[in-house]
Amino acid sequence: MAAYVPSHELIEHIESGQTWAIARMITRAEAGATEAREAIGEIYRKAGRAHIIGITGVPGSGKSTLVNKLAEKLRQNGRTIAIVAIDPSSPYSGGSILGDRIRMADLVLDPGVFIRSMATRGAVGGMAHCALDVVDILDVAGFDTIIIETVGVGQDEVEIAHAAHTTVVVSAPGLGDEIQAIKAGILEIADIHVVSKCDRGDANRCLTDLKMMLKDGLGSSGIDHWHPPVIGISSYADEGFEALIEALAAHKDSSVNSQRREDIARFRLSKAAETLLLEEFRNFLDITASAQKLAARKGDPYSLALSLIEDFKNENT
Amino acid sequence: MASTAIRVLLAKVGLDGHDRGIKVVARTLRDAGMDVVYSGLHRTPEEVVIAAVQEDVDILGVSLLSGVQLTVFPKIFALLKEKNVNDLIVVAGGVMPDEDVVAIKKMGVALVMLQDTPPKEIIASLQQLVAERGPR
Repeated sequence: MAAYVPSHELIEHIESGQTWAIARMITRAEAGATEAREAIGEIYRKAGRAHIIGITGVPGSGKSTLVNKLAEKLRQNGRTIAIVAIDPSSPYSGGSILGDRIRMADLVLDPGVFIRSMATRGAVGGMAHCALDVVDILDVAGFDTIIIETVGVGQDEVEIAHAAHTTVVVSAPGLGDEIQAIKAGILEIADIHVVSKCDRGDANRCLTDLKMMLKDGLGSSGIDHWHPPVIGISSYADEGFEALIEALAAHKDSSVNSQRREDIARFRLSKAAETLLLEEFRNFLDITASAQKLAARKGDPYSLALSLIEDFKNENT
Repeated sequence: MASTAIRVLLAKVGLDGHDRGIKVVARTLRDAGMDVVYSGLHRTPEEVVIAAVQEDVDILGVSLLSGVQLTVFPKIFALLKEKNVNDLIVVAGGVMPDEDVVAIKKMGVALVMLQDTPPKEIIASLQQLVAERGPR
């Protein structure tokens, strides 16, 4: 990998599973390089085989530790695994510290596992902008299961549910009462609920709260025939993972159908259009004059934004 | 949303539990806008090289305060050669004797930053090394 290898030439190396080519292509997807866009398009058309699992939950709920153990168990069943671990970018410097790998140390030497850390770079839904391009690259590279671990999320970052085949929401004991469990947002998107750290005494309470919520008819993930199970696990005591793997397989068989694929495609399409449109809009935009007007209270945000959009439209007709 | 943040893997290798320095460096680089992957403690050369390749980092920075630089770096460079990686910039940080600095530079370490290196100098040196390497 000495000289610059053009992106379209990387594709065959990716298909034959060459780690360096996979890694390099991910870097280019992340950089949003125009040179790579065509190759990423070709990769998209070739992808579509892997089971894509999203793992989300609040910071410190045990996502990385769970992913480490889950991947280990899936490997024992002979499946190859790629992990995309997302951590936040600094809102000030744009830099990041990506530390999810630390908890996945058991997997590193296994050639059937590929781990990539990513920063959010200002994306707010819990994922990085190009995370799905990265998933396609890993899919074409032949990994059977691709796990996306989102940043530690709050109550409202639900983008993963539009992008993954199966969404696992990890809750940790001791973080809230049953009212937290009936609120809108993150708990609603789960195809599978996991309560982590079940070696702790207060875990039963958390399990009960979630089960009650589901019994009350709240928190269904919008699919009639699928009832999200609540699974207690302990990475420490190595418990609950068989149930989780069974639930993942059951969800894949029953719910990853053409409708689900179309929903994901719909999300991808509007996301891509949004990205390109925003890029063009920002390149065109000089908001200084409008911002000064706004600061001086000589206009209001909506009218000024509307007139910017009008200018943009006129420019493009 | 095109961005080309410099990617760095910071690694602790061997039985060396001193991680205050590497954490300060990690924050320094984060605040300079870089994406910093941290390996955690007690990694082997092989684990570090595999991580560097998967993460496709521009720079591998190894922190050593345990005196094993003459053991660790030959292994790292042998593994990089075996994996055909030749555009990775390898740097070292920590505390070590002057003659070891000369020795590991001969092996291919691009830069050795000892304990008295100011944060600004670390940032500038790394940025310069990546600029000199050129696009990849």
